[in-house]
Amino acid sequence: MADLSTLFAGRIRCPNPFWLASGPPANCGDQVMRAFDAGWGGAVWKTLGEPIVNVSSRYSSVDLNGQRMMGLNNIELITDRPLDVNLREIGEVKKRYPHHAVIASLMVESRREAWHEIVRRSEDAGADGLELNFGCPHGMSERGMGSAVGQVPEYCAMITEWVKEVARTPVLVKLTPNITDIRRVARAARKGGADGLSAINTINSITGIDLDTFIPRPNVDGLSAHGGYCGPAVKPIALHMVQQIAVDPEVGLPVSGIGGISGWREAAEFLLLGCQSVQLCTAPMHWGFRIVEDMIDGLKNWMDEKGFRTVEDFRGLSLPRIQDWKDLNLNYKIVARIDPDTCIGCDLCYIACWDGAHQCIHIDGHASPESFAEASRRRIATTPIPKLDGVAENGSHKTPPERIPCVDEDECVGCNLCWLVCPVEDCISMERVETGLPAQSWEQRMESKC
Amino acid sequence: MEASRCLFCFDAPCTAACPTHIDVPRFIKKIATGNLRGSALTILDSNLLGLSCSRVCPVDVLCEGACVMHRYNKQPIEIGRLQRAAMDWFYAHNPSLPVAPENRAKRVACIGAGPASLACAAELRRRGYPAVIFDRNPLPGGLNTYGIAEYKLRPPDSLKEVELVRSMGVEFRLGVEAFAKIEAIECEFDAIFLGIGLGPTHRLGIPGEDLPGFIDALRFIADYKTSSIPVGRRVVVIGAGNTAIDAATAAKRLGAQEIHIVYRRGEAEMPAFEYEYEIAKLDGIVFHWWTQVKRIHGSESVESIECARPDGTIFNLACDMVIPAIGQSRLVDFLARCRGVEVREGRVVINRETGQTENRKYFAGGDCVNGGREVVDAAADGKRAGIGIAQWLEADHG
Ligand SMILES: Cc1cc2nc3c(=O)[nH]c(=O)nc-3n(C[C@H](O)[C@H](O)[C@H](O)COP(=O)(O)OP(=O)(O)OC[C@H]3O[C@@H](n4cnc5c(N)ncnc54)[C@H](O)[C@@H]3O)c2cc1C
Ligand SMILES: Cc1cc2nc3c(=O)[nH]c(=O)nc-3n(C[C@H](O)[C@H](O)[C@H](O)COP(=O)(O)O)c2cc1C
Ligand code: SF4
Ligand code: SF4
Ligand code: SF4
Repeated sequence: MADLSTLFAGRIRCPNPFWLASGPPANCGDQVMRAFDAGWGGAVWKTLGEPIVNVSSRYSSVDLNGQRMMGLNNIELITDRPLDVNLREIGEVKKRYPHHAVIASLMVESRREAWHEIVRRSEDAGADGLELNFGCPHGMSERGMGSAVGQVPEYCAMITEWVKEVARTPVLVKLTPNITDIRRVARAARKGGADGLSAINTINSITGIDLDTFIPRPNVDGLSAHGGYCGPAVKPIALHMVQQIAVDPEVGLPVSGIGGISGWREAAEFLLLGCQSVQLCTAPMHWGFRIVEDMIDGLKNWMDEKGFRTVEDFRGLSLPRIQDWKDLNLNYKIVARIDPDTCIGCDLCYIACWDGAHQCIHIDGHASPESFAEASRRRIATTPIPKLDGVAENGSHKTPPERIPCVDEDECVGCNLCWLVCPVEDCISMERVETGLPAQSWEQRMESKC
Repeated sequence: MEASRCLFCFDAPCTAACPTHIDVPRFIKKIATGNLRGSALTILDSNLLGLSCSRVCPVDVLCEGACVMHRYNKQPIEIGRLQRAAMDWFYAHNPSLPVAPENRAKRVACIGAGPASLACAAELRRRGYPAVIFDRNPLPGGLNTYGIAEYKLRPPDSLKEVELVRSMGVEFRLGVEAFAKIEAIECEFDAIFLGIGLGPTHRLGIPGEDLPGFIDALRFIADYKTSSIPVGRRVVVIGAGNTAIDAATAAKRLGAQEIHIVYRRGEAEMPAFEYEYEIAKLDGIVFHWWTQVKRIHGSESVESIECARPDGTIFNLACDMVIPAIGQSRLVDFLARCRGVEVREGRVVINRETGQTENRKYFAGGDCVNGGREVVDAAADGKRAGIGIAQWLEADHG
């Protein structure tokens, strides 16, 4: 059976790599203990600092086709609880759960003494590590903290240095994605002496506008402000940023992956890109701590199936599979093939290829989608009445052959669009065709031309 | 949400299967985006009787029967229910449709105020032609008001559609028997649309048909829907089509204790739609297959009905009401007075694309043309004829 026990940055031990990200689910000791009981391996405490005052109405979301919270936006600040209460609870949790990871997320004003003090107090309380929140994109940044620090490599390096002057436990720097090149801040964190990175924090966002009141969401007494975006929608952005810092030779730090993880599958993806642990916020907010059960179970079963005993066996395995575009093989060719036995005749692939790709999916006897649709419009249909029509209606629901499209493989460029829109799994397959040419990248092609 | 389950098929099979070719994915997508007015107008653009159709259409053999989801081992999209939602919204929010100003000199008469004529007249109004609808009944709507089972469509809903057509500027002349006036109508109007439907139920031609307690299914349902009528304790319905089922279930609603359906053929040959049959079975109606009706017994009124099985056995069913529902007759007498209109097997012969008859001034559609199908077929016929009339008037007379 697969073993999920984790050692982060060589020093933080926990039963599995699944941590609560700093946020509402890790707001107080009681929550964190219930999460550990449910199976979570660690928790990054809701960011500590000088207590703030929050607004009411704090979240808004993007729904997609009835699926709630595909993306979540918040304008919440750091903890609003007194520092000594949080620290006392951290101590209690550590006492009762010595084998779980408790990490203190920190954010104070940019003064060396302020940082020194909060680092000492957090470690005295029992934290296993520190996460410097240089990522919060709203509210705190207006006060010179959060992403205001994370967007300036020099500040990031400076504060990390201050922290490292006194820290005894590993120091993680949590990066903001609201920056052109995340590697520059990651390198600065490294220069400041960080032991690891957490990525990503939330992305600047305005989720939507109420079309009756014209007020964007969330509405705080008639006004709104930009917030931070997270949840399933941000995973691709997070994966990309994690990959960038994971392969950068000037960074070379352990990464805790964050952003849009909702189950073991996404967690496995972050681990395949080299993360040593992963953090979740939106998913436990949406479904509760109980989701971790399937994360543990599902990841273990997948690992058993693949023959991986520990996370180390597959961590980073996909990193070499991401290269620059110039390295891709230009002589690799695939084409779309439609399986007429499973095709349901929705003709979504057909219109997608015509309007959004290369006009190479065809319907017999029609030169264009317009002529196809026009023919149907002109056909006179009536309600079948056996008594009048003399034939019993046939109850079969087989796809009429005239609705099954076919691909002109010579013209198909293998873009995948039809395969992506087809609602039937495995009905369209993208298959390799032999070009008879050796693999050649764009770079090689350019060189051979010289 | 059901609307977001629709795949938005291209050249959708559900649209092709609908006789009026409602753009189903388009109206469903509009529901999904919260554009209910747009959704309703999409429906009404193809089918003016979108409200009644959303309640009475046999969707299993039409749009929903054609939905690609069947081939995907999934439930078809509930198109009928979604259409009802859009229509209910529309009729609850100041229903109105755009019309063209009445700037045409030519006028059109539509005989019959059923679905076919309503669709035809509305189409003409959209194209700027004045239209007048004649009906001999006091209430407009044709079988939508008088015939279709109450549980599917109540008369007030049928009349909402009529009001929409009236609001488009169509004039109604009700309680007018057109049979006697056809020459006058011919003089007054430049084109005539026949949407007269079918006649009363066929006669059985057996002894006892004139006894009290013997009542035509259409009459029975019409009275049930628009006034109050007494029902028998034990009722026998003759025939097993949709009308027979409607009559039987109406008798049940009225309080009959025992209801029999007598049919000369077997279960497999039964013309009623599957789901109608299911409803009848749920109502506890007793079916007698392969049973021929011989005569009706009774001194003052109906007392029993004598039936024969194919093997020659004769049996009597005691009853106090007999409702024949063996199909509607054709209005051949009336059609004979419309000079030059070709009639074959009691049905008006038309050009299917334009609705035009052999007498070019006459157009026709609905049950009188197709022999008795559904509301949606009448709506499709009416619309095609409306376009056909407008084009003919334009081309022929400028
Ligand atoms: C009992 C029953 C149940 C049905 N159930 C359904 C159902 O569930 N779903 C469905 O889709 N369809 C159903 N139908 C069929 C549907 O009602 C018809 O197909 C549809 O109404 C046909 O429309 P129409 O306009 O052609 O004729 P009709 O609705 O029959 O209208 C014809 C009109 O013409 C008038 N008329 C006739 N002659 C004259 C004259 N000489 N002068 C003046 N006016 C005249 C009549 O009074 C009538 O109002 C049912 C039919 C019946 C009988
Ligand atoms: C309501 C809310 C509050 C958050 N508060 C903090 C915070 O105090 N400190 C912090 O570092 N990140 C905070 N985050 C960011 C999360 O820790 C995490 O980086 C982000 O939500 C992405 O992960 P997810 O997609 O799993 O939610 C917050 C997120 C949310 C939704
Ligand atoms: S892969 Fe792209 S180009 Fe080829 S058939 Fe599909 S949509 Fe068209
Ligand atoms: S999208 Fe898939 S199911 Fe639909 S027509 Fe194309 S191949 Fe068939
Ligand atoms: S066939 Fe079904 S899935 Fe396709 S457009 Fe029609 S209702 Fe939607």
